Amino acid sequence: MSASTLRIALVGNPNCGKTALFNQLTGGRQKVANYAGVTVERKEGRFTAPSGRVLHLLDLPGTYSFDANSPDEQITRDVCEGVYPGEPAPDLIVCVADATNLRLHLRFVLEVKRLGRPVVLALNMMDTARRRGIVIDVPELQRRLGLPVVETVAVKRGGAKALIERVDGEVPVAAPVQPDDAASRADLHAQVRELLAATVVMPRSTDAMDDALDRWALHPVFGLGILAVLMFLIFQAVFSWAKPLMDGIQAGITVLGAWMTQALPAESALHSLLNDGIFAGLGAVLVFLPQILILFLFILILEESGYLPRAAFLLDKLMFKAGLTGRAFIPLLSSFACAIPGIMATRSITDPRDRLTTILVAPLMTCSARLPVYTLLIAAFIPQRTVWGIFNLQGVVLFTLYVAGIVSALTVAFVIKRFRKDKSEHALLMELPSYRLPNVRDVALGLWERAKIFLKRVGGIILALTVLLWFLSSFPGAPEGATQPAINYSLAGRLGHLLHYVFAPIGFNWQICIALIPGLAAREVAVSALGTVYAMSGGHEAVASQLGPVIAQQWPLATALSLLAWYVFAPQCISTLAVIRRETNSWRNVAITAGYLFGLAYLASLIAYQIAKAMT
Amino acid sequence: MRLSDLPKGAPAVVDRVDDAHASDPIAQRLRDLGFVEGEPVRVVACGPLGADPLLIQIGSTRFALRRTEAERVTVRTGAAA
Repeated sequence: MSASTLRIALVGNPNCGKTALFNQLTGGRQKVANYAGVTVERKEGRFTAPSGRVLHLLDLPGTYSFDANSPDEQITRDVCEGVYPGEPAPDLIVCVADATNLRLHLRFVLEVKRLGRPVVLALNMMDTARRRGIVIDVPELQRRLGLPVVETVAVKRGGAKALIERVDGEVPVAAPVQPDDAASRADLHAQVRELLAATVVMPRSTDAMDDALDRWALHPVFGLGILAVLMFLIFQAVFSWAKPLMDGIQAGITVLGAWMTQALPAESALHSLLNDGIFAGLGAVLVFLPQILILFLFILILEESGYLPRAAFLLDKLMFKAGLTGRAFIPLLSSFACAIPGIMATRSITDPRDRLTTILVAPLMTCSARLPVYTLLIAAFIPQRTVWGIFNLQGVVLFTLYVAGIVSALTVAFVIKRFRKDKSEHALLMELPSYRLPNVRDVALGLWERAKIFLKRVGGIILALTVLLWFLSSFPGAPEGATQPAINYSLAGRLGHLLHYVFAPIGFNWQICIALIPGLAAREVAVSALGTVYAMSGGHEAVASQLGPVIAQQWPLATALSLLAWYVFAPQCISTLAVIRRETNSWRNVAITAGYLFGLAYLASLIAYQIAKAMT
Repeated sequence: MRLSDLPKGAPAVVDRVDDAHASDPIAQRLRDLGFVEGEPVRVVACGPLGADPLLIQIGSTRFALRRTEAERVTVRTGAAA
């Protein structure tokens, strides 16, 4: 250990407020990555202590015990013991415990102590503990544990002051290493009971507010009602709140594009690349950032408030019947924003079998990348009118598309359950944490993290693909005296015409077929690709912002419905397939996912197209 | 009496957790989470479909357990305890 830096590992039970404490200490100075070769998230940050010492903080996954039931627990243990390859042993372990839930959390503190490394215990949520009249004799707890104990309030400004002072001081002496066997394991509970009896006075074991809220939130009828209303409100909000922001971004990009290219000759290839490739394509994608952020805002608030596990509780039986688990609700809900964080969130499902099923069906959840496609088609083909007095017809169609995704996910999971060989029992065993007011900083940091991921995808893969598509659709140029639009003669045109043989029975024209190709990399690219295709064939003035009216004029309704049905299943998202490969370490799962999604998409589109054609 | 048969709201204490089969990881996890002899437990709520899962209050923590998981836990009610 050098004198000027200190490596600190943050450990604790799930729901101990560890991440809030990490955010409090490091603010925006944090880096999120993965442990090499595995799928457990690695969060690192740093801050400078008053003494000028730089403290490196590693936020380890929340665990109940070192039993190593899951990769999370294995890594937490290995890092703490300093045996994880490539990860230097921490100089100090800060063990975070929820002061209102010490009976559960102290057991893990004792497990950490037995590792024989320097440990500081942070009693978090001390404000809630005081409010509930819980009295903790900290000096006595410190004496009995043989560890320095500090009080923290992770969600209040300055709430980590005592912890910073303590870790900035001298590193505490480590307790001796103790064996970890079944007998000593059982003994831990006895020790916890003894500690609690000697140091903690609790007027009542539960929070009166939690009891009151849970009476409603978990009620068999009202609980489900509240959940349904919440979900419906979220989707209406995503559709209506984002509108003014989207209009603003749209206008801004148009102005910027015009300003950037005014100096260039109108017929030059560079002018075309900037206007029809980069600005038309990128603009049509960037415009959906508000919707994605609003969706993530709701998910983060539900997560922070402690409501998500309640929803999992309400839905467990239904999801279990379908071959999933209530825990899958959180990853699947995240998949509404994007299947990638959703599939990554399946790490919280400790059971490998439940986890695999969740990963396989996660792409069926309507991710926000489909929203550009849905909103484009809905705005162009579904009339704006009020149905049943209060609902917007466009909103109702969108809601129906979401429901179609959910129903097919449950159906696919059920089929997997019926046909798999391993039919043994797998547990739910889920803690329902106390309700909390979401902390603005934690929500803001989470939102920022997601915005960064989305913008990186827009900036990286999507930009590269938009430019590639522009190239494909510009070269080779039209021959002398050509009568058709130039794109007909390009590489993309030829490819689109070839694919058209496959997709003609489901009503796709060759422009859609072309757009499906770059749509492989990210679904929202299909919209910008369509924008590019139509801009190329319709002259430079037809940019992506006018795409809606153009397709409304040129496509039959049956084609639009067929494309909507296609995108309910839409297998093409290379990033999703890549993350499945990474999370399951198996190409077989990738092939299964891509194959069944393609089959379902083709079938659904075929049905939608043929029925709509027969009826119109 | 099994925890899964305990009426909602009735106070009880844990007697033991039985392995459903040899080296049952679910039973071990239940013991790690504090389902050990002498801990007071209570059924707080039941899921909307088939009263499954159960919400169990143990100490100051609430856990959602499926009925099949709660069957592993034997409890003593007020009279027997």
